[in-house]
Amino acid sequence: MHELAVCQAMLEQVAAIAVREQASEVTRIIVRIGPLSGVVPELLEQAFSIARAGTIAQQAELITESTGIRVKCSQCGAETEAGINRMICGECGDYRTQLLSGDELLLASVELNRAEQAVE
Amino acid sequence: MCDTCGCNVTQGNRHLIEAGGKHEHTHDGKVAVEVLQNLLSENDHQAGHNRQHFDSHGVLAVNLMSSPGSGKTSLLEATIDALKQEFRIAVIEGDLETENDAERIRSKGISAVQITTGTACHLDAHMVHSAVHQLNLDNLDIVFVENVGNLVCPASFDLGQHLNVTLLSVTEGDDKPAKYPVIFRAADAILISKSDLLPYLDDFKPERAEQAIRLLASEVPVLNLSAKNSDTLDDWLNWLRKEFAKQAARRAAGETATPKIQPDGERLHAQG
Repeated sequence: MHELAVCQAMLEQVAAIAVREQASEVTRIIVRIGPLSGVVPELLEQAFSIARAGTIAQQAELITESTGIRVKCSQCGAETEAGINRMICGECGDYRTQLLSGDELLLASVELNRAEQAVE
Repeated sequence: MCDTCGCNVTQGNRHLIEAGGKHEHTHDGKVAVEVLQNLLSENDHQAGHNRQHFDSHGVLAVNLMSSPGSGKTSLLEATIDALKQEFRIAVIEGDLETENDAERIRSKGISAVQITTGTACHLDAHMVHSAVHQLNLDNLDIVFVENVGNLVCPASFDLGQHLNVTLLSVTEGDDKPAKYPVIFRAADAILISKSDLLPYLDDFKPERAEQAIRLLASEVPVLNLSAKNSDTLDDWLNWLRKEFAKQAARRAAGETATPKIQPDGERLHAQG
């Protein structure tokens, strides 16, 4: 339900990058979102279609890359896949695991058109 | 739905919506810029500022999260009754509307700032910053932030607190941690509240709730309590005392604590 707020924060970062890179337009935004981040990719995409209006990214497409959940067992040392509400070790079944991936909420990269010569 | 209608726009984040600088169109070549920055880095930055504020005044900040009606305010009232001779406490209350919760806290003789979010489903670091500046941190030991009642969104926003506490009331069902894993994973302690009602509920087993929490790879304390029975509060009060002492020790060593959210953001900030 908070994806619009997340999307606005993302667009603020993208705008700052566009200024820094002297971009005329942002064409693609790639984000990496894990299932444990609390953000739903589909809802972020919906929010983006509204929030991008009037920004430098208004023509941009948003690509959301999902990551899998992986844990490392602190008892047997195994690295295994896990589920969103079942994060126990896939080898020995112990619950004392550390998350390796799955909670990412990252702006991975921004693709933009850069003005070759700055025009005042 | 609030995902698309703009109701998540809060006083705190409104400035983020304003469009960034636009450039003149010229001949261009496409460029890909790798960023790898947390999507909420603006909020995280403000949260870090709030945390410095708490730390420079020797204050422990604790964020309470739960669904609406699980007893956050009642727990705060009981906690204030038990600890107000020991600690100087203040409360920041988050709700969509009304001053009701802040008034309940103030009637205990404690400072309380009410944040009304309008329709927003969570507190963010900017809102908490405004509230912090209405408190005199010099005269405080512990600030509780009572987040908006919601088991989803509050988990994603660092407010500048040191610790997260998530409540699960026995009327909600013991499988809530499996259904809402993100917010229960974010907790530094989990309180099973309204335990005085357990005799009337044959379908809530505290051990099943704890099992669901352990399946999230969480090793945090799970404490049963009822705000209506002060005899059940000892474990919770002792946990707070211990955490207050731990935070004081960290502060003395020039360190602080961040709650169990957004570990990626922290990792990346550490690298940056």
